[in-house]
Amino acid sequence: MRDATGRDKMNIANVKRPYRGREEEVFEPEPGDGARASDKVTAGQIFRLENIGLSFGGVQALRDVSFDIRKGEIRAIIGPNGAGKTSMLNVINGFYHPQRGIVEFKGKRRNSMGPYFAAKEGIARTFQNVALFKGMTTLDNIMTGRALKARQGLLSQAIFYGPARREEIMHREAVERIIEFLEIEHIRKATVEKLPYGLQKRVELGRALAMEPELLLLDEPMAGMNLEEKQDMCRFILTINRSFGTTIALIEHDIGVVLDLSDRIVVLDHGQKIADGSPQEVQRDEKVLEAYLGTVH
Amino acid sequence: MIFIGQLVEVLLGGLLAGVLYSLVAFGFVLIYKASRVFNFAQGAMVLLAGLALVRASNFLSSSGAPLWLATLLGLMFAGAIMVACAWLIERLVLRQLINQDGLTLFMATIGVTFIMEGASQLVFGSDVYPLRFYPTDSWFLFEGAFPGGVLVNKLDVWGGLIAGLLVALLAVFFSRTKAGRALRAVADDHAAAQSIGIPIGWIWFVVWSAAGLIALVAATVWGTKLGVQYSITFLALKALPVLIIGGFTSIPGAIIGGLIVGAGEKLAEVFLGPQIGGGIEYWFAYVVALFVLLVRPQGLFGERHIARI
Amino acid sequence: MLYRETGQFKSSYAEDIAIFPLYQDRVAIKLLLLAAFLLIPFLAKFQIWPLSTDYLLRAILIPFLVLSLAAIGVNVLVGYCGQVSLGSGAFMAIGAYCAYKFGTGIHLPAFWSEAGISIPPISPLLAILLGGAMSAVAGILFGIPSLRIKGLYLAVATLAAQFFFDWVFLRVKWFTNYTPSGSVNAPALSLFGYELSTSVDRYCLCLASVTLGAFCVKNLVRGNIGRQWMAIRDMDIAAELMGIRPYYAKLSAFAVSSFVIGISGALWGFAHLGSWEPLAFSIDRSLQLLFMVIIGGMGSIAGSFLGAGFILILPILLETVPSQFGLPVSTEVIAHLQSITFGGLICLLLIKEPRGFARLIALFRQKIRLWPFPH
Repeated sequence: MRDATGRDKMNIANVKRPYRGREEEVFEPEPGDGARASDKVTAGQIFRLENIGLSFGGVQALRDVSFDIRKGEIRAIIGPNGAGKTSMLNVINGFYHPQRGIVEFKGKRRNSMGPYFAAKEGIARTFQNVALFKGMTTLDNIMTGRALKARQGLLSQAIFYGPARREEIMHREAVERIIEFLEIEHIRKATVEKLPYGLQKRVELGRALAMEPELLLLDEPMAGMNLEEKQDMCRFILTINRSFGTTIALIEHDIGVVLDLSDRIVVLDHGQKIADGSPQEVQRDEKVLEAYLGTVH
Repeated sequence: MIFIGQLVEVLLGGLLAGVLYSLVAFGFVLIYKASRVFNFAQGAMVLLAGLALVRASNFLSSSGAPLWLATLLGLMFAGAIMVACAWLIERLVLRQLINQDGLTLFMATIGVTFIMEGASQLVFGSDVYPLRFYPTDSWFLFEGAFPGGVLVNKLDVWGGLIAGLLVALLAVFFSRTKAGRALRAVADDHAAAQSIGIPIGWIWFVVWSAAGLIALVAATVWGTKLGVQYSITFLALKALPVLIIGGFTSIPGAIIGGLIVGAGEKLAEVFLGPQIGGGIEYWFAYVVALFVLLVRPQGLFGERHIARI
Repeated sequence: MLYRETGQFKSSYAEDIAIFPLYQDRVAIKLLLLAAFLLIPFLAKFQIWPLSTDYLLRAILIPFLVLSLAAIGVNVLVGYCGQVSLGSGAFMAIGAYCAYKFGTGIHLPAFWSEAGISIPPISPLLAILLGGAMSAVAGILFGIPSLRIKGLYLAVATLAAQFFFDWVFLRVKWFTNYTPSGSVNAPALSLFGYELSTSVDRYCLCLASVTLGAFCVKNLVRGNIGRQWMAIRDMDIAAELMGIRPYYAKLSAFAVSSFVIGISGALWGFAHLGSWEPLAFSIDRSLQLLFMVIIGGMGSIAGSFLGAGFILILPILLETVPSQFGLPVSTEVIAHLQSITFGGLICLLLIKEPRGFARLIALFRQKIRLWPFPH
């Protein structure tokens, strides 16, 4: 979290990238005013949405929504309940296909991109109601995130001793680094069904990280958490963004967290975009105050 | 002309047979609508009801009671047995499995099927028992239009009338009455319905009793047609394609599904059968159901489930 | 005190992912395999009790092994991948009949020449493998609906497969080589020229197949594809969003499952029955396999063995126990009692422990970790 001068309070100098497999230079925050997306990243857009219209079952979920996500930033999507935030994330994910508008990822149009291809291209996500695989352990759940990277065929896996075992151990090493990073070693063999809600959310984050994504979509990652758990989660999100370079799109209701974490914010209301800009701009925007943050009447 | 006459006869016979399938399917739909449980034991319930009825009325009439009295008492006895079974099933099985997922409940009903089949045959015997509940001779209709007329079985017509009556009753029950609405709530979410005070145990007892009485009605028709015997339980399997085509939660859908299956089977058997070797009606309905599912995974009249994550 | 894991440290991931991580378990399985592979044939060869007659081998051990293999196949599909299948009997039938055709020579008349395609009889073991392969192909075909259809509806679709193949093997005379009775005699089993004629020989064949099959399936299930199957079972939408292709996962589950079931069907016909008719693989068989999986434990290889053993032993118990007590019961009554007991056990297990015997044994093992101390 930032202190009054905008400097990062946390020392993340000793954090290793968990899944690159080798030591790398870690990002050190510059003293002075905190880095802003527009200063720090010049690589440009990674995701662009233009005039998105989405409706299903007679309900118009999104209406003429346009915004972009720049590489390396933390983009928050906020708004009152029913504004269409999760639908927006589902569009980015390829789970819903918008009836109107342009969806562009890494420069190419992908309107009808299915969820499998989204995952393959490097988009991972977590869910509002934790969607873990209830019958499996923490370790197995996070290992499923490596499914895309598996190379060995059925026959090789049936024999197991040989290339399949080597690959399994390699994936296990990558997953163990993630477990270490998220501080969940103590529950790695526990069935996720029995875990408390906060830990389940962390396991789900680990599962998304196992995919080594370029764009990480988080749907209310701090819902139902107490202050300590939220601080932990913020620390993880910041490290993921700053050290691993992952772009993050985030839905969250805790305004304090949103204003602190994000580089830019998009505000939705009733399926339409009502504001888009830096935290300071959004905080002062009248429409946002009226619809969501609250004004003094 | 002869060909058309044959077609009409086969078609009518098939449609009416299909209605008889629907009679069994109603019990499924009732239970599914009220508890989202797919009751594999429906066929076994038909067997139990039929056996109880036939044995009781035979026993009474051979002890000297007049036929009408023996039959009436037999019906009451069988009805009581079905209600008692419903109570036992609800108490011992369903109550312990509240809020489990559909597959577990389905497999529990398979277990109940086995218990029922074994117990009913152990207690009431496992022979074939003929039943004479309805007239079984046939009419010859349209003798003017087609030479020889079209053969229509009276029993099938009775079956059709009864099915129509049941549809009307059940449709009214579900849409108009307070109990019907409560049943729909229970189907959606067991725990939630419990938490707002709906007495789930009582409701399930009522529903399974009703399904048991429907099974009794089906047993009277099928028992007259085939005789009450173990193979009646396979009717449950035959009703499955009916439910697929008609949707698991739709009473009118059960009728329409039954009509399609009945007519389709007979027509296929008579006209396609000789080409491919006969015995088609064994699997024809299932393959049709499979194709329906491929096009509409929720059946013709089922409710579409929109995935939310 | 004997059965505990204190003091056993894993110093590599390879050790951690072993099939039997506990030393005691490894000892136990080695003893079991030794007894199965060496002791039993030895006892049978010299006709020492309890193998003084063929009965134990023929009526209990061989069917137990073959049905365990079939149950493992069903478990892959129903227990690990969550696809309800009521058509396993049909896949056993496909394996058996295709193996039979490959073993007795195939002659397909073709329209372009009188001779058509002719394949000479293949050695029985290869024929069994090919039977399994054919079953796998059929499994993939009948698994295609599972991409759209889920849950109960899929169970009905698999029933379509079951009834359809019942009819095919009854009516299409080509499969039974045009025998008048409709039943077929399997060709004699031989391995590289050595005839497998005695029960002991067939037992060893089944044992080797089952051990190999269980080993391979266990490897699949603890690896990447196994996790994909379980992910599809638990939440298929989330699985797809993580890059697991439902097509590949479901169809591979159908393929592996049908392959194993097909081999077990061929073994059932060749090694156990010797001659069979289509009724051997009817819906009753499918339901029996499903029960083995439910009672033994869904999603557990060991559970498949437990379930198969239980379902095999129960009728024998029900037959012999009353006669031991001097109560004569007719076969009909026994059949009804069996029904009631099966049904009752299924309900009881589903209520008390939906994860079957395997789970009960796992709980028991946890208890004896502390034994003799209470906590």
